[in-house]
Amino acid sequence: MDVVGKSVLRGDAYKKVVGTHEFAIDGRVPGMLWARLVRAPTGHGRIVSVDASEALAVPGVVSVITAADLPKPMPLYGSVVADQPLLADGTYRYHGEPVAVVLADNDEAALIGAARTRIAYEELPAVVTVADALAHDAALVHDTEGGPRSNVHKAYNYAWGDVGSAEAQCHKIFENTYTFPMIHHFALEPFSVIAWPESGGVQIKSPVQHPFLLRRVVAECLKLELSKVRVVATSIGGGFGSKGYAKYEPLAACLALQTGRPVKISTSLDEAFVTARRLSATVRMRTGFDRDGRILLQQVEADYLMGAYADAGPRITQKAAYVSCGPYRIPNLRTVARAIYSNTTPSTAARGFGMPPLNFALETQMQMAARDLGIDPVEIRLRNLVRKGEQLVPGDIPADGEWSEGLRRAADMLGWDEPLPPGTGRGISIGIKNPIPGSVSNALVKLHADNSLTVAVGTSEMGQGACTVLAQIAAEELGIPMDRITMIMGDTAAVPFDVATAGSRSTVTMGNAVQSACKDVIKQLEDMAKELGLIAADETVQIKGGMVSDGQNSLSFNDIFTRYFSKTQGEVVGRGLYKGEVVAGHPLGGLSDFWEVIFIAVKARVDPATGKVRITKMINVSDIGKAINPLHCKSQEEGGAMMGLGHALMEQMLYDEKGRLRNGSPLDYRIPTTMDIPWEMDSSLVENQDGAGPFGAKGIGESGAITAAAAIAAAVADATGVFFKDLPITSERVWAALSADKA
Amino acid sequence: MMSDTIELQFTLNGLPKTIAVRSSAMLAEVLRDDLGLLGTKISCNEGECGACTVLIDGRTANSCIVLAAEVDGCEVLTIEGLAAGGELHPIQTAFIEEGAVHCGYCTPGMILSTKALLDRNHDPDSAEVRKALEGNLCRCTGYNRILKAVSRAAGKLRAPSPVAGE
Repeated sequence: MDVVGKSVLRGDAYKKVVGTHEFAIDGRVPGMLWARLVRAPTGHGRIVSVDASEALAVPGVVSVITAADLPKPMPLYGSVVADQPLLADGTYRYHGEPVAVVLADNDEAALIGAARTRIAYEELPAVVTVADALAHDAALVHDTEGGPRSNVHKAYNYAWGDVGSAEAQCHKIFENTYTFPMIHHFALEPFSVIAWPESGGVQIKSPVQHPFLLRRVVAECLKLELSKVRVVATSIGGGFGSKGYAKYEPLAACLALQTGRPVKISTSLDEAFVTARRLSATVRMRTGFDRDGRILLQQVEADYLMGAYADAGPRITQKAAYVSCGPYRIPNLRTVARAIYSNTTPSTAARGFGMPPLNFALETQMQMAARDLGIDPVEIRLRNLVRKGEQLVPGDIPADGEWSEGLRRAADMLGWDEPLPPGTGRGISIGIKNPIPGSVSNALVKLHADNSLTVAVGTSEMGQGACTVLAQIAAEELGIPMDRITMIMGDTAAVPFDVATAGSRSTVTMGNAVQSACKDVIKQLEDMAKELGLIAADETVQIKGGMVSDGQNSLSFNDIFTRYFSKTQGEVVGRGLYKGEVVAGHPLGGLSDFWEVIFIAVKARVDPATGKVRITKMINVSDIGKAINPLHCKSQEEGGAMMGLGHALMEQMLYDEKGRLRNGSPLDYRIPTTMDIPWEMDSSLVENQDGAGPFGAKGIGESGAITAAAAIAAAVADATGVFFKDLPITSERVWAALSADKA
Repeated sequence: MMSDTIELQFTLNGLPKTIAVRSSAMLAEVLRDDLGLLGTKISCNEGECGACTVLIDGRTANSCIVLAAEVDGCEVLTIEGLAAGGELHPIQTAFIEEGAVHCGYCTPGMILSTKALLDRNHDPDSAEVRKALEGNLCRCTGYNRILKAVSRAAGKLRAPSPVAGE
């Protein structure tokens, strides 16, 4: 292969290094109104009044909009459940919820106006933890007439085998409760959106991962036809799930239609903390083993704490619980997962979707079992890992890789059997996740007469490198050089439907769509050449370097185009569709396209005097099938692993009893810096061309974020003898545990 | 609008610049809103993330918390001034070659912090590189590729002729 499998450099890197790459926040449109939000002061309350008089006196402020100024009843939006109002209407349900919006001629006036808008409110009791939400006298986050009298939005059950009768065969059952904190995505690019009225509808420019999903949500919310909503997904300055689902776009669209002017809503990085977070979770897990370390049963109760509005929360809960078995053969399993409302920042998709909390719990159980039963942590996993072709989740696709290879490689690269210096421990873990079942990707490929190509896809570029990888697939398929390929991405008026840029799916699903669109182009060229009598009807043609040949005759695309369409006219438009397998009655709607499986091995040193954990070595391995671009793949591994390191050691959003977020700023909420990275870090890819994507590829985006925390926790446990069941494993927690041990 | 206007004279990307700005305006705002230099990214607006890093007299500064008035008489370098005559600076090429650019939002600041480091230290060790970039947050790359890019750039800058690619 000429292009696939090569570390082709990023097509979008040049503009990014010279500073001309445009992000939505840089956008300005003539006549634009600048909007800034006025936000709720506590976790839950009743809005008594909004006093905008001082704000309206600020030069440049045009108006201050509250719920009273928006359509009635208040338009609601949401991808799973439409439960989120454009502005808080009577009641606010989380600290930071938009209550009013200040429109001004310039950003500074809007900011000052927002600071001078006063909200008079009456506090209501706030629900900020799982225990709060489930208390028998808990305040209801959604106290609607005739609505449910519980904060539990939905429960999801999965079961196979017979847990009850397996119990007696267990040599040892480990039962523990784990907590996974609220985590913020911390994309560096703040949320920003521009919307303006356009041809009887609205155009929205936003750094959104799923432009077509946003189009649907806005159309439903504002009662517009799909064709009247045009979403242009701008290049994303960090997404990680936070920019997947609708955030400020429905409000911006509504204001644009209402004012007849372009409206830009800008936010700060601090405001991102009250816009999106990962679901936190409390996981109770019982895992039963036989004497040889084989899992006989597992029971899971996972309570996922959503924020004030559902966003993608129910789906995240449902999907994570579906793979609560991890990559292991578990003959008897019973899992219940609940999606629970709280008065906190709305929770949404985040790298790994709902897997990290379950993974942390399960992999820690494995670590405990290994120690207790005297089995090496690598060995106990090998005994339980499903083999290639073996069923994992009943009714779904079997294991699509020989996963023991990745596990062994991670252990080898770490130097698993090397003696450890004092105070140091080793840990290993396996992460698994499925992409979006039964999903749809379309692609259009346009071949031009001069042997250049335009590829139009609904995938968004968010730094993962889709614009390069998808072009590589087309380049390989059509034999066209990379520099003659132009990618058009994420404009719903220009590209065909795609469901989402998420779940590590794009290389596989959109990659397949692009590949199939290229094959469509080849077929059409072949038909054209045969119709013109240029190539024998029974010959198969070869396409390379802008030439079509049947082994004897060779024609340039230009030749064919000129003869078929006449000079200066025409192009060949190829269409590609990938449709995942939809299964009626399946809990997730369809089968997994592939399993994303990653292996992380770490060495950690713990300073007993301070409790500080140092990752001295980290190895990331992914079962990738085929790396279309190895450099991109390894970069995804490392980025995901570092995000997971943050989850493991330092990150958590903290609320007080009034539901006020106490650390919603980059000053108070720490993510890893260059000082936190492992002293040694290496990555590797297992490539057996056994994936469902083009050239045997699988996906890799979520990667280390799923399981880095588990590997680090295992290394800390190995070093200290203490199993930490609550993340993050901060220095304080380690120090306190070690001090308690001594006492 | 909200405050007095002052006249500012400074060198911007090698060229003299005179501009009237509000006395309360931050350098990042002036660069972006008044001068249209959008390559300086804004994110936290509180000097924590490093996305808005520029060089003032060769030293890194978070332009979101520097008053524009403070750069009167200074030399300011933004990302737009780094590629002389359209030719990429070796740091820029190193970032591309090592895969250190992902979403691109931290990239301008990261590159300028690297420039400040390599201007004063031609052969930094790993600890020095980490320390120099500590104030520049990146959520995409995990930093590993960025550290490789810095070391590659240092090598290019030390070498008399261009280093051949891989």
